[in-house]
Amino acid sequence: MIEKIKHTVINFISDIGTNTLNIIAMMGYCMLLFLEVVYYSKAAFEKRREILKQMYYAGVKTFIVVSIVALFTGMILALQTGLELKPYQQQALVGNIIIATLTREMAPFVTAIILIAAVGSTMAAEIGTMTVSEEIDALEMMAISPVKFLVMPRVIALAIMLPIATIYTNLLGSIGGGIVAYFQLDVSFDVYYTHVLDSLHFKATYVGLLKAFVFGMMVSTISCANGLRATNGALGVGKATRNSVVSSFLMVLIVGYYITALFYGK
Amino acid sequence: MIEFRNVTKILSETKVLNNLSFKIEKGETFVIIGRSGTGKTVTLKHIAGLLEPDSGQILVDGEQMNGISKSQRDRLREKIGFVFQSGALINWMTVEENIALPLLEHKLYPPDEIKRIIEEKMDLLQLTSARDKMPAEISGGMKKRASLARVLVRNPQIILYDEPTSGLDPVMSSLINTIINQLKKDYTITQVVVTHDMDSAYAIGDRIAMLYDGKIIQCDEPDGIRNTDNPIVRQFISGSLEGPIDVL
Repeated sequence: MIEKIKHTVINFISDIGTNTLNIIAMMGYCMLLFLEVVYYSKAAFEKRREILKQMYYAGVKTFIVVSIVALFTGMILALQTGLELKPYQQQALVGNIIIATLTREMAPFVTAIILIAAVGSTMAAEIGTMTVSEEIDALEMMAISPVKFLVMPRVIALAIMLPIATIYTNLLGSIGGGIVAYFQLDVSFDVYYTHVLDSLHFKATYVGLLKAFVFGMMVSTISCANGLRATNGALGVGKATRNSVVSSFLMVLIVGYYITALFYGK
Repeated sequence: MIEFRNVTKILSETKVLNNLSFKIEKGETFVIIGRSGTGKTVTLKHIAGLLEPDSGQILVDGEQMNGISKSQRDRLREKIGFVFQSGALINWMTVEENIALPLLEHKLYPPDEIKRIIEEKMDLLQLTSARDKMPAEISGGMKKRASLARVLVRNPQIILYDEPTSGLDPVMSSLINTIINQLKKDYTITQVVVTHDMDSAYAIGDRIAMLYDGKIIQCDEPDGIRNTDNPIVRQFISGSLEGPIDVL
């Protein structure tokens, strides 16, 4: 019995160790991959068609879902804060709260989450399938760098599209907030937008867009890295896709906090 | 042309290649046979530099393939083409775009010349009708021929084939065998073929090597293999359940 418990404990500790090493190895791989992307970005003009194609997938194909989520994020924010402010007759301030929350944090975060689910997972699955079906090996045999051919265009495309989608989320979120302010909180559009523009600060906007830019590079690099390291057929592709979504999500939260701390912390 | 010197490779705690040594001469068609999971594809991937051995040395055209930089490997790979088992065509490109890919990516020739080379290879491999089709729309045989055409546009000195006739009907298998023989005759290409298909092995091989437990247990001309005394090779080529090979 004691031996069995000892064995279980040793296995548990060993699993923690193995998983920790795997995470560290993956982080190292992502960093090296990103450096390679930076190196191959000199060929961005040559790969402009592929970059545009990836921008289309990341932007146009996710347009509807980004629109719905942005609109409702603004509406929920407005309703929740407005209902708290209404008893004090301060519901007009909802415009200030909405735009400050959206530009600083919510818009880049929510947009990144949508693109992780819709675009990052597709990248991991697509490249993972190519890896397990030997297409990546075939590229290497033709002395074509998979990083230049596949990863660099995706990273550049998402680094451009995520800030653009974030601006759009800011815009649509504030419209959603305005609708709720008008219909539920008795705040006119004029008053709402005066408050929105009052709190639309340059710093909040550029920090939010910087976050989106960093998230775009990070999500695409993590997704492509997981795809390139996929093994074991369809099961491996599924695992790579799941890992890419989970790690992208965690990294967006962690890095998002540190960017906020860098610009707004002590 | 290709030499393995005491190459060992361990994958998932299994010694897939165990001190493997052999030599392939220039212009030779060397066939590797053996049961599934005995390391035939692993051997090909070592020649191609897609896998690194744990120990030993691999020489391609007199130059070491293992333990070298990426740029040195890419330079050596210019001499090598690899026809993968599934074809490994890029799935969002048409057959023509796939064949043109290495030439376009490396900007090796002007566009007119690239077009001429592609036409020539598509004619040679009877692919003209599949020009605008996507890989998902063509048969297994066509995928393998398209993959071979993509290899041939780069004029390699060595071609590696992973199961070139697997999953093909007998007529298509014969066509692939004929193409392999024709390439040997017309271009003096060194070819290494991994296969389970004994008819194909006899039809194309100058020498046939049987890989078993990570080592070559017999390497001989087709007639030598056909009339072998080695019980393991005999059981393998006859497909018998009785013999020294552990079936399960």
